[in-house]
Amino acid sequence: MAVPVAFFAVFFAYPVTAIVARGLKADGTWHPGRIGEVLAQSDVRQVLWFTTWQALVSTALTLLVALPGAYVLARFDFPGKQVLRAVVTVPFVLPTVVVGTAFMALVGRGGLLDELWGLRLDTTVWAILLAHVFFNYAVVVRTVGGLWAQLDPRQEEAARMLGASRFAAWRTVTLPALAPAVAAAALMVFLFTFTSFGVVQILGGPAFSTLEVEIYRQTAEIFDLSTAAVLTMIQFVAVGAILALHAWTVRRRETALRLVDASTTARRPRGAGQWALLGGVVATVAVLLLLPLAVLVERSFAGAGLGYYRALTHEDGGVFLVPPIEAVGNSLRYAVAATAIAVLIGGLASVALTRRDAGRLVRGFDALLMLPLGVSAVTVGFGFLIALDEPPLDLRASWILVPLAQALVGVPFVVRTMLPVLRAVDVRLREAAAVLGASPWRAWREVDLPMVRRALLIAAGFAFAVSLGEFGATVFIARPDNPTLPVAVARLLGRPGDLNYGQAMALSTILMIVCAVALLVLERLRTDRTGEF
Amino acid sequence: MGITKKVTALAVGLGLVTLSACGASGGDDQGGGGSKTVTLVSHNSWAASEDVVAAFEKQSGYRVKVLEDGDAGQAVNKAILTKDNPQGDVLFGVDNTLLSRALDNGLFQPYEAKGSDLILPEYRADEGKHRVTPVDTGDVCVNYDKEWFDEHGLTPPKTFDDLVEPEYKDLLVTENASTSSPGLGFLLGTAARYGDEGWQDYWKKLEANGVKVVDGWEQAYNEEFSGSAGGKKARAERPLVVSYASSPPAEVIYADPKPETAPTGVAEGTCFRQVEYAGLLSNAKNPEGGKALLDFLISKRFQDDMPLNMFVYPVREGAEVPEEFAKFGPQAKDPETMDPAKIADNRDQWVKSWTSLVLR
Repeated sequence: MAVPVAFFAVFFAYPVTAIVARGLKADGTWHPGRIGEVLAQSDVRQVLWFTTWQALVSTALTLLVALPGAYVLARFDFPGKQVLRAVVTVPFVLPTVVVGTAFMALVGRGGLLDELWGLRLDTTVWAILLAHVFFNYAVVVRTVGGLWAQLDPRQEEAARMLGASRFAAWRTVTLPALAPAVAAAALMVFLFTFTSFGVVQILGGPAFSTLEVEIYRQTAEIFDLSTAAVLTMIQFVAVGAILALHAWTVRRRETALRLVDASTTARRPRGAGQWALLGGVVATVAVLLLLPLAVLVERSFAGAGLGYYRALTHEDGGVFLVPPIEAVGNSLRYAVAATAIAVLIGGLASVALTRRDAGRLVRGFDALLMLPLGVSAVTVGFGFLIALDEPPLDLRASWILVPLAQALVGVPFVVRTMLPVLRAVDVRLREAAAVLGASPWRAWREVDLPMVRRALLIAAGFAFAVSLGEFGATVFIARPDNPTLPVAVARLLGRPGDLNYGQAMALSTILMIVCAVALLVLERLRTDRTGEF
Repeated sequence: MGITKKVTALAVGLGLVTLSACGASGGDDQGGGGSKTVTLVSHNSWAASEDVVAAFEKQSGYRVKVLEDGDAGQAVNKAILTKDNPQGDVLFGVDNTLLSRALDNGLFQPYEAKGSDLILPEYRADEGKHRVTPVDTGDVCVNYDKEWFDEHGLTPPKTFDDLVEPEYKDLLVTENASTSSPGLGFLLGTAARYGDEGWQDYWKKLEANGVKVVDGWEQAYNEEFSGSAGGKKARAERPLVVSYASSPPAEVIYADPKPETAPTGVAEGTCFRQVEYAGLLSNAKNPEGGKALLDFLISKRFQDDMPLNMFVYPVREGAEVPEEFAKFGPQAKDPETMDPAKIADNRDQWVKSWTSLVLR
């Protein structure tokens, strides 16, 4: 417990507090009055309003589109199911720069829709909403679908035998059981879209701004640190509230249900209606999720064959001190280090959280661990820059800074994956081992480890994929001579010219393939009890 | 037991990779520490000929390390945040629109570079204190697509006033003044031309005349402007863009084969002059190296070399201006200018008003 707490205190709380304090303090005194002043500004209120309503609409749309997908993946058995499940998860771990780029290639100028129908959605709110659905489809499918697959269908059948209509049975039996999972998924989607950065930045143009984008602009561009600090605090409060609600729904889900093995509940679709539903879901996934990715791949070859890929191996002196392809190596090295840190910290935290004597304080820490998901990456990045610059923590010039920042985002995924599995381990087994004379370490190795091994690997896989894609914080602290993949993509996109654009597409494609492979491996490792993501 | 072995192997593997990553980047991490290395913090547009830098290294005995730290605004902001413990010795790339922010925050320490007396008087700033040294200059101007205007039998606009005329409706694209340096330059140009109050009315007219605002220069110039090489490929639709006076020569120099004349021109009555400065950072770890570097930045050799690398004009008397510059994009004769102190007093408020007026 002490290690994760110390980790979060030093690498999260301290830097974030430092940068916020810098904004609210002038000439050595505090200026809490700034809060009121900032809130009184009409454009700040406009940003708040836009942030909220687009998140609400994005969440509603995502639920609408993804719930049928969750049902199909939970209840139907069909060839290619594992592939489909991996496919829908790919967007979730892709960096926002890549997603933004994919959507630009689809709905932007000269994009596919433009060529076919002259339709352009860039700089409209539609592009943002669509990209949010694309991104978060997996959250709903994995959270709701994971539970749905384990609900005993016989309960609903029993209700129907007792005379309930199909709808009534669903409404009174399945819906209440599912509701907490739906709520948890909705809250996660709301959290991710509420704090949306890259998508809004790339697709929205200068007219749309979420709280997160505004914090970035105020910090990095306008350098109004006090406004940024106030906005950060507003976001903090909002995210805290969302996470508290989320923790509550998750706890409800964990306690109330008797679950069965997922493999017993799925069966082949029957009748025209079910086949149509399956077809509809597959079509939705194809159009909404695969099409943008396919356009990305197409662009990486368009007109040049493998030319853009070959160009990645040259350095061009000015923009890149090293060939862009080296970013792949950088990313992998950083991601391995970040994964190691995230698994260590997240694992220790999970073990601490599952202990019987874990009190309210520890449970509070559970929600706290999720906070980095909702705190502006630029705040963390700038915080690192000013807080970790002196011995004994002079890390600013060190490579470890990047994996540390990435691990912050990875830890929540590790915890959410590990917790349910660890909670399911029967304490009596451990006690029995102890009675038979095993040391605590031996008991853990022989009892716990085999049971959580798969979960641990899945958690590591998620942390790895998330680190690979992390952009917001990395872009601030990555050294110019050691760019990661997403940073290199962004840098290429920021340069004029056909060749740079093509290389950006090629690098994005490489990143996408790495993520997809990682996820396919994870699908093979799925535990019978799914995590919360 | 097999499982345990696998996990152990994995853990050892992780450790090894981590160690090797450490070893790989450990060697060149510390820039400012040794007195033989001097670190230049700059923005992404920094560029210089290798042999010119090598000559400096040989003559001074310092190794130059360049840290490109985001766009101009970000580089300055990060330098201010890390002022007490800077990432380098010299910061290059503060322009007159951001100068006051840097000076007010005590970013630089005084140093009068050798050869300062040869800097053309109109570019000097902060005289007497010498906290910054001017290095280059350039004009932010509206560029036009010659071919488009020929095809449509229309005369390209020449002045700010022209841009709000009905025949130029829906033709101009500019950048977000709060996030882009040319965007801010254009806003300041209108403020210099129409005064503290008048510029808002001007922008209302500009908006009514269909000006489009995008976030950055890259997007405006390469994706929206029909006259650039990138814009032609993207089938861009706007023949007017806020860019630089040096953009037309760039279109010639980077074209293959090189055309007889530049495909784009500059509306001379829409220019705003920018000057870029460098300074010795307050807590530089290698101040002596930093001083040598500043001397170098205004030496004839560097000033001659600079224009074709960064597409800017030299500030030193007698420095050579490339032929292509004079031919395809001469500096504006009478650009709008503004005192950095006035920019300091008004910039934030103007950008704020501009944002509510044009974006929201």
